[in-house]
Amino acid sequence: MVLPVVFFALFFAHPVAAIVARGLNVDGSWRFGRIGEVLADSGVRHVLWFTVWQALASTALTLLVALPGAYVFARFAFRGKQVLRAVVTVPFVLPTVVAGTAFLALLGRGGLLDELWGVRLDTTVWAILLAHVFFNYAVVVRTVGGLWSQLDPRQEEAARMLGASRFAAWRKVTLPALAPAVAAAALMVFLFTFTSFGVVQILGGPGFATLEVEIYRQTSEIFDLATAAVLTLVQFAAVGAILAVHAGTVRRRETALRLVDASTTARRPRGAGQWALLAGVLATVALLIVLPLAVLVERSLDAPGFGYYKALTSDDGGIFLVAPIEAVGNSLRYALAATVIAVVIGGLAAAALARRDAGRLVRGFDALLMLPLGVSAVTVGFGFLIALDEPPLDLRNSWILVPLAQALVGVPFVVRTMLPVLRAVDTRLREAAAVLGASPWRVWREVDLPLVRRALLIAAGFAFAVSLGEFGATVFIARPDNPTLPVAVARLLGRPGDLNYGQAMALSTILMVVCAVALLVLERLRVPSRTGGTGGAPLDRSGEF
Amino acid sequence: MADSLLGLRDATVRFDGRPVLDAVDLDVAEGEIVCVLGPSGSGKSTLLRAVAGLQPLDSGRVSLDGRDQERVPAHRRGVGLMFQDHQLFPQRDVGGNVAFGMRMHGFPRAEQDDRVRELLELVGLPGAARRGVASLSGGEQQRVALARALAPRPRLLMLDEPLGQLDRSLRERLVVELRELFGRLGTTVLAVTHDQGEAFALADRVVVMRDGRIAQSGTPLEVWQRPVDEFVARFLGFDNVVAATVTGQVADTPWGKVPVPEGSAQGPCALLVRPAGVRIVAAGEGLRCAVAARTFRGTHVAVQLSTEGAPRLEAACALREAPGLGDEIGVVFDAAEVVVLGR
Repeated sequence: MVLPVVFFALFFAHPVAAIVARGLNVDGSWRFGRIGEVLADSGVRHVLWFTVWQALASTALTLLVALPGAYVFARFAFRGKQVLRAVVTVPFVLPTVVAGTAFLALLGRGGLLDELWGVRLDTTVWAILLAHVFFNYAVVVRTVGGLWSQLDPRQEEAARMLGASRFAAWRKVTLPALAPAVAAAALMVFLFTFTSFGVVQILGGPGFATLEVEIYRQTSEIFDLATAAVLTLVQFAAVGAILAVHAGTVRRRETALRLVDASTTARRPRGAGQWALLAGVLATVALLIVLPLAVLVERSLDAPGFGYYKALTSDDGGIFLVAPIEAVGNSLRYALAATVIAVVIGGLAAAALARRDAGRLVRGFDALLMLPLGVSAVTVGFGFLIALDEPPLDLRNSWILVPLAQALVGVPFVVRTMLPVLRAVDTRLREAAAVLGASPWRVWREVDLPLVRRALLIAAGFAFAVSLGEFGATVFIARPDNPTLPVAVARLLGRPGDLNYGQAMALSTILMVVCAVALLVLERLRVPSRTGGTGGAPLDRSGEF
Repeated sequence: MADSLLGLRDATVRFDGRPVLDAVDLDVAEGEIVCVLGPSGSGKSTLLRAVAGLQPLDSGRVSLDGRDQERVPAHRRGVGLMFQDHQLFPQRDVGGNVAFGMRMHGFPRAEQDDRVRELLELVGLPGAARRGVASLSGGEQQRVALARALAPRPRLLMLDEPLGQLDRSLRERLVVELRELFGRLGTTVLAVTHDQGEAFALADRVVVMRDGRIAQSGTPLEVWQRPVDEFVARFLGFDNVVAATVTGQVADTPWGKVPVPEGSAQGPCALLVRPAGVRIVAAGEGLRCAVAARTFRGTHVAVQLSTEGAPRLEAACALREAPGLGDEIGVVFDAAEVVVLGR
């Protein structure tokens, strides 16, 4: 328990406090009036307004597109469903930079639509909204569909036997049961899109900036740290509020529902209507998820003899001090270090939280752990920049700074994955082992470890994927001679010229492949083994984010 | 006691200040089978956990073979505990579960395999070593849990509601098997149960617990014949208990004058009349009663008798002699079936 607390105090609370001080404390005196001054600025108000409405619009659009998908996944059995489920989940672990690039390749200048019909959407809000749907489709399908597939269809049948029409039965029985899950998913989508950075940074034209992008701009382009700090506080408050509401809906969610094994509720589609629905969902997935990624790959190959990939290995591009391809090695190294940190810190925290005698203080820490997830990567990166730059904690020139920031974002995933499994281990099982002569250490090895090993691997995989794709924090603190993949992609995109553009596509493709491989490994782990049976839940639960 | 294997002296455990185990003294001799009997919440499971080292004592001491166990952690005490719901390790097969304790104690591999086979035969599951525990029925799980607890040859075997979750016929068969098995192996056993039938069938000695204290200890026959107080009598299923005053060989009760055995304590007391001691006679003789209910019990008929101004009486009648519902009858009492209880 001590180690996670110290970790969070040093690398989360301390940077956040530094931001507050930077924003509101001028020459030793507190100026709360600054908040009002900044908020009164018309530019800032424009950013606030845009942040809120694009998040609302993205959420509504995502629900509209993904709810039919959730139904299809929950209730229909069809060939290739497992593959489709994996495909849908890919964007969830995909770095925002990859999504941004993929949509740029589809909708941007010289993109597929531009070539075919001369249509460009990359400076319109539509590109942002579509990319957000791309990302969050899986959140809705997994959260809502997961619950939907476990609702007993006989409840609806019972309502129909009592005289309800098919629609009335759905509206009165299924909808109320689903509502909390829909609300939770919607809140998560809202949270993700509210704090969207990479996508908006790449796809948004000059007129479009979320709070997150604006904070970045104020810090790294205008150097107005005070305004950035105030904006960070605003974002902090908003995220805190959203998380609080989300915690409430999650708690209400599965109360008093009769849940059954998901495999018993799905059946083959019947009738033209249901086949049409299935076809529609498949078409949506193809257009929205497969097409952008396919175009990305296609564009990356759009030079003779893998030209863009070859260009990655040369260092005379002048953007970096090193060849772009070295970003791959950097990313893997950083992500590995971040994974180790996240698993150790998250594992310890989960173990402490899982203890039955955990007090209220410890349980409060549970909620605190979730904060970095929503409090936005840019905040973390900015905080690191201004807080960890003086002795005794001068880490500015240390390579560990990047993995630390990435681990901070990865820890909530680890805790969320490990906690339910650790809680499910019966204390008396440990006691049974002790009475049979197992020392405390052997009890852990013989009882706990076999039961949580799978969850531990899944948690590590998630932390790895998250670290690999982390952009918002890394872009602040990665050193110019050691860029990670997402940072390198963003820099290449920021330069004119076909070669840079093509190299960005190629790097993005590499990043996508690495992430997709990580995901496939996770999906394999997720399939419960015959004897264990405890491994199925965690990843499904991670869909609750 | 010199040959006592397990000794508890003044053992006390408190949860939130409330004593769950209240100054308990208990000895179990080598090879003895002791059954702790009590309603739920009487502290019997806590007693086992305290002996196993899973529950620290607030005061008092536990000794095994005369050695104080206070500083000995659970895994070094060398006792076996069979949990109420078995707690088999889900990720191991039957053989892996049975061998677990032997592995922890560093038994040689060959001996482990032999003993697993031998024990599975002993509990009636030969050749089940490779089966998964999830595929076992409740009775089979219980047998595997027993084999697992016996495998490392614990000096004391403890059973927490060993047959609690099984259905009645299986329970009755298993209790006989268990007693036979323990007798053959010479195992020292401390079991707890809330089922008096189970306790009487299994134990050499029964210990009745109430609110964390020992209410009575004795052979099954002693406890059955001479319950010490109203609580024990009622817990054993006797309902004919009333307040009474003994003078000489007669007790004054709401049911009138009831004869008591020779040498009974004098003065106010609680009085137990076993159903067998309630004799039905013709109306007009003895105590006037009406038959309020009759329940067929296989070997006899239990008859509920109501009488004015006094609690109901239960009588046990032979099938042929049982009166009909609503009959007016008379009742006399048999002193041999009357027990004067302490208050």
